[in-house]
Amino acid sequence: MKPMAKPVFLAAGAYTVSLGPGRREFSPRIPRPGLDHYLKEAGRAALAQISDPGAIDEGVVGNFMAARFNRQGHLGAMMAIIHPTLEYKPALRVEGACASGGLALATGIKSVLSGLADAVLVLGVEVQNTVKALYCADYLAGAGYYEGERKAGAAFFFPGRFSERAGAYAAKVGAAQARAAMAHWYRNAVEHARLNPEAQEFQNTAADLLAQGLTEPNPKAFTEHLNLFDCSKVSDGAAAIVIASAEGLSRLGLARQDAVEVTGLGQCAANLTTPPPDLTELTTCGLAAARARAMAGIGIQDAGIFEVHDCFTISGLLSVEALGLAKAGGGADLVLAGETRRTGRFPVNTGGGLIGYGHPTGATGVRMAVDLWRQLTGRAGDFQVALAKEHGIMVSMGGNDKTAVALVVRR
Amino acid sequence: MDLDTRMEQVAVVGAAGKMGSGIALLLALELAYRALGHKQRTYVLSLIDRNDAALQGLVRYIRDQAAKDGEKQINRLRLLFQDRADLVDNQEMVQEFVFEVLLRIRTGTTLTLAKESLLVFEAAFEQEEVKFSIYNELASICRPEAYFLTNTSSIPLHVLSEACGIPGRMIGFHFYNPPAVQKLVELIQPRRCDPELVQVAAGVARALRKKTVPANDIAGFIGNGHFIRDGLYAIREVERLAGKHGFLPALHMVEQVSRDFLLRPMGIFQLIDYVGIDVFQSILRVMKKYLGEDLHSDLIDRTLELGVKGGQTSSGAPRPGFLDYAKGRPVAIFDPASHVYAPLEAPWARSAESWLGPRPDPGLSWKTLQRDPHCDGKLKAWFQALQALDTPGAAMARDHFRASREIGLNLVKQGVCNTAEDVNEVLKLGFFHLYGPITEYLD
Repeated sequence: MKPMAKPVFLAAGAYTVSLGPGRREFSPRIPRPGLDHYLKEAGRAALAQISDPGAIDEGVVGNFMAARFNRQGHLGAMMAIIHPTLEYKPALRVEGACASGGLALATGIKSVLSGLADAVLVLGVEVQNTVKALYCADYLAGAGYYEGERKAGAAFFFPGRFSERAGAYAAKVGAAQARAAMAHWYRNAVEHARLNPEAQEFQNTAADLLAQGLTEPNPKAFTEHLNLFDCSKVSDGAAAIVIASAEGLSRLGLARQDAVEVTGLGQCAANLTTPPPDLTELTTCGLAAARARAMAGIGIQDAGIFEVHDCFTISGLLSVEALGLAKAGGGADLVLAGETRRTGRFPVNTGGGLIGYGHPTGATGVRMAVDLWRQLTGRAGDFQVALAKEHGIMVSMGGNDKTAVALVVRR
Repeated sequence: MDLDTRMEQVAVVGAAGKMGSGIALLLALELAYRALGHKQRTYVLSLIDRNDAALQGLVRYIRDQAAKDGEKQINRLRLLFQDRADLVDNQEMVQEFVFEVLLRIRTGTTLTLAKESLLVFEAAFEQEEVKFSIYNELASICRPEAYFLTNTSSIPLHVLSEACGIPGRMIGFHFYNPPAVQKLVELIQPRRCDPELVQVAAGVARALRKKTVPANDIAGFIGNGHFIRDGLYAIREVERLAGKHGFLPALHMVEQVSRDFLLRPMGIFQLIDYVGIDVFQSILRVMKKYLGEDLHSDLIDRTLELGVKGGQTSSGAPRPGFLDYAKGRPVAIFDPASHVYAPLEAPWARSAESWLGPRPDPGLSWKTLQRDPHCDGKLKAWFQALQALDTPGAAMARDHFRASREIGLNLVKQGVCNTAEDVNEVLKLGFFHLYGPITEYLD
């Protein structure tokens, strides 16, 4: 695996509140901000951290389904609303389901590596509360194979798909063990989110999170192996970060310690039309993570902070196994031992992750990068973790493990 | 004729009203599901009311509610539509379902629309003249095998059916408001009633997932037999207390005691408003006429003369009656002397409350108890505490509780119902009370 052709950095990250059920200011009956608002809020918060917005050479926006949620395509040409300097610069929207944000990062990194850009403003955005959850499920099902699996799939398509994974995992490690680990994952996510003011679960005051997480799934009302606490909620939000070369950093007025360096990038697309090879494994995510680590030339033990795509608690468990933090089937033990908590050996999703912070789908990959950057540069505020190691790893997943983008970053 | 054949031709008379619209919705949904299951049959739902504007409002209401029902039943829809390759998204299936619901509906303003109907549900305004006129006309329009399921809550069915020339073909099928939500149907079998009709009515109740409680054909039946007398008791209490405290504080106290001391979902005057003061009066008249009891209230008559009627808007929001409402909660009381509503945010209301005295400790509410698995034990403790409290409020609550129980016991004694349990069922299911009136919580 070739290393990065030249140093590439991430800096000036920002994200909005993840708005949706759980936030007190959210009500389905109150009008809510749209795409424009989120693009501007996150984009301007990033630009506010650099000395010269004119030094941005390009824009990339990750978005999954604005064409259905908001009846809006052509988001690349919306980036100019963030700042006039972006008008007439290259800009595009990239899509890879829930990994759209991850793909936006990969696209920005490649632009900088190509030498055509020294600074790229990367955004991710999704505004999903425009429809009821039942119809949201329709739109998100576009990440599956429409011709091949949608018709026979569950009403809540992806909860149905990941319920199958949870069922297979329960068969592998024992039902009680799997359920307990998923409940612990949920508790950790909410407890982490309670330290992150932007998180959808920031105001969560439930007394017994573990009891909620242990709720027996109701197959008639929802799915066979997942309860509602196992799922990330419907979210509106955006995230932004700047990707720059060394020269770019200095043109933006940023010092090296304001940034993290991207030392590894792994990107995979599996075959959307075929079933996963093993329901108890996130094969594609695992491959992307291994490629990113190989490029960075590090082992998993060299990283001290992690961001994984826990769209469901079960995806969280499978992700820590895919990263190599536990052997196959060992994720449950790792989580039950508290090792993935902010106080554990492998702090995972310290800002709440998808279940705690929220999952504005197209924004999520970028939000993960922002949280890694915050932790590694000491900007994580109340959820800052004391880090002994200098590397962080993130894996952004699209659909049922069909697209994956992994990054290794170093402070 | 089997139930499914009868279900192919159904009509609702008074379909755009408060009760009629709910009944129409239930039937429209049921016929759609039947149609999706039996594709070779043709189902028709004739919805009849006095004007087109109301009927168009009704169709709009059914469309919105059908979409909500389809969303709730999405797993059922995904199965029903599994062979429809053109329907993939949830949204497509819900929209198709709404179309299936609306497809069977035809609306009209004349009773002739019910000409072919085999089951005629009637939910016209609860007034004798109105019902007599409708059934006289239906008797000549409808097929001889047509059955009539009336939603009357007070008029004796033997009188109505025999006077209109349809003896044996009418049964009382009394839904509770709102029909789409309330699980109870009071089933009233008049002295002449085709055995097949009894079977059909039971089948309809099952199809609509309603629980039936049998009542005998005595004016007011169980529900209004209790409610009307309970309301009159409350009015007498107000009149008794008004001498000392004034009308507004007196009404406020009785309202508070009936809701917060007896732990009912709403106070007695809010309930009268909900039913409609005009409907209350109309039922009073019917019961007085057929029972010979002195059932009458000057307060009801005077309030109606001032144009104050209660009831609900087409969207279900309360209209001002004895009380005025904001966001569904009482905020003022109508003062018949000045003809204006006196806001409850006022010192006189606080004094009235403090005169009542505290409620038992720990404080309970209907809202929290209704989902509490230990409700019965908590109620026992509550009434024990109420027994021991030496305050005017506790005394009023005890008196009201006993009056309500006496009314219930009399319904059994007078043969309106067969068992005490039937009275309790009606109050629990139809009025959402936590406990039936015939209980031993107090001596």
